Amino acid sequence: MKLKGKVFKYGDNVDTDVIIPARYLNNPDPAVLAQHCMEDIDKNFVKEVKNGDIIVAGKNFGSGSSREHAPLAIKAAGISCVIAESFARIFYRNAINIGLPILISKEASQNIKNGSIVEIDLSTGLIRDLNSNKEYKAEPYPAFLQEIIEAGGLIEKIKREVN
Amino acid sequence: MTIVEKILASHSNKSKLNPGEIVNAKVDLILGNDVTAPVAINEFRKIGINKVFDIDKIALVPDHFTPNKDIKSAENSLLIRNFAKEMQITNYFEVGRVGIEHCLLPEKGLVAPGEIIIGADSHTCTYGALNALATGVGSTDIAAAMATGFLWFRVPETIKIIYKGKLKPWVSGKDLILYTIGQIGVDGALYKSIEFSGETIKNLSIDSRMTMANMAIEAGAKCGLFEYDDKTKEYLEARVTRDYSPIASDKDSIYDKILEFDVSNIEPQIAFPHLPENTRPVQEAKNIKIDQAVIGSCTNGRIEDLRIAAQIFKDHKVHPDVRCIIFPGTQEIYINALKEGLIEIFINAGAAVSTPTCGPCLGGHMGVLAKGEKAISTTNRNFVGRMGHPQSEVYLSNPAVAAASAIKGYIAHPEEVL
Repeated sequence: MKLKGKVFKYGDNVDTDVIIPARYLNNPDPAVLAQHCMEDIDKNFVKEVKNGDIIVAGKNFGSGSSREHAPLAIKAAGISCVIAESFARIFYRNAINIGLPILISKEASQNIKNGSIVEIDLSTGLIRDLNSNKEYKAEPYPAFLQEIIEAGGLIEKIKREVN
Repeated sequence: MTIVEKILASHSNKSKLNPGEIVNAKVDLILGNDVTAPVAINEFRKIGINKVFDIDKIALVPDHFTPNKDIKSAENSLLIRNFAKEMQITNYFEVGRVGIEHCLLPEKGLVAPGEIIIGADSHTCTYGALNALATGVGSTDIAAAMATGFLWFRVPETIKIIYKGKLKPWVSGKDLILYTIGQIGVDGALYKSIEFSGETIKNLSIDSRMTMANMAIEAGAKCGLFEYDDKTKEYLEARVTRDYSPIASDKDSIYDKILEFDVSNIEPQIAFPHLPENTRPVQEAKNIKIDQAVIGSCTNGRIEDLRIAAQIFKDHKVHPDVRCIIFPGTQEIYINALKEGLIEIFINAGAAVSTPTCGPCLGGHMGVLAKGEKAISTTNRNFVGRMGHPQSEVYLSNPAVAAASAIKGYIAHPEEVL
């Protein structure tokens, strides 16, 4: 699958409290969550984000709370992929489980600039920065996680197994 | 093998496991709360089966926005209540009987050594204090596990941390874990298991160990584990009736790294905004006026914490410019605090005492901060906007420092009061 979008760039340790503040957790509707995504660190995100856009961040993206509302909000806001140097482990699970593509690449995380246009080939893990014309390769997924991704998320995988 | 490798192996029919492998392991308990369970229940419905794998191995604990703070929260609680009834889930805890999940489940005997507990709440790692592999996961994870009784796990590397030395007065488990996070960073144990060990740990109460395990996640860890000893045995005796098997690491275990901390000279720690790794000795927190002091939560809402706070508050008053909110972790803790006269001390000091709830810790309700306000808090996170307005600030501390600060009106060492 190929993706293309504009980059929203953030730093290290973007936690789930800023991705979606707890004051909005009383409503699990992804469309409602998306309206408040990132608002405590970037008020313009929701105004500017378009379908297919890409988040590039530093280390430990999605740290803190286990709230699945965080990847749900990012996905519903239109973000097609999050690239980071590393992900917090629960966010990583949640993203894989709900089908939000995430890629680990230290070089892409460090070099891609805010506002760049980036193309991603999810099948190969190739990330291409059209502004600098540089290419990066993301870490491959372990085989078991590839199965979840290919099934369309954990629930789809379980459905096949129990039915 | 390390503790975590052994527990994962015994739950996935393997004789040997190495870090990095992914296993599908049987789980012994699944936890959801009023924020995460509604999402999980919706996902569970999509699977298309009409019963959970085991009605006794699921705990539904509506503790975050309860007693319900608004209509949406009430609807979420209703959804959980109806699901619990429909599935005949035995461990559903209604308002009045509910407590903060990570104080409640150990108290109810739902956690035992060698077991695997998953919770759609990041602080599920608390139960590592009882030698259980407990870890936070997402809502979809618990939906899948409620259906099948299994979940996928990556076998984590293990970091062993050895603590040496006798602690100074007013230094507690909270300070040990804040100090540790300050040393290794908020991603210092990312994807890994921590084994807490050493002579200092042997002398720590179970309450203090729970405080430490609770914040393993703030270093990015999958779990924070303690070995089983006489203190664990004593805690479990009155609570757990089923058989269990304590798990210890082998002498020849392979560790990702072994760290040694001499903690005999550390002071009570303060984590400055906006990361738990921004720790400094309390003496370096100079002239920081506070508007609110919060004592409680899954981190520091146990009876030992309340006893320490009461020791400081006795014959003192909360500063006129400070709101002090104290919330015991469970009804059992609350009633014990009442019997011991602690609640009377708090109320006489001018503090508000709340029913158990996660509300204040995550800026949900019962103590939300306004723009520019500062709080000292015994909770676990000081992220941007954690307790309210994005321009408010949270300083993390142990209960003694929070109580002393509530009295002085600025961040203070307990010795400034006593």
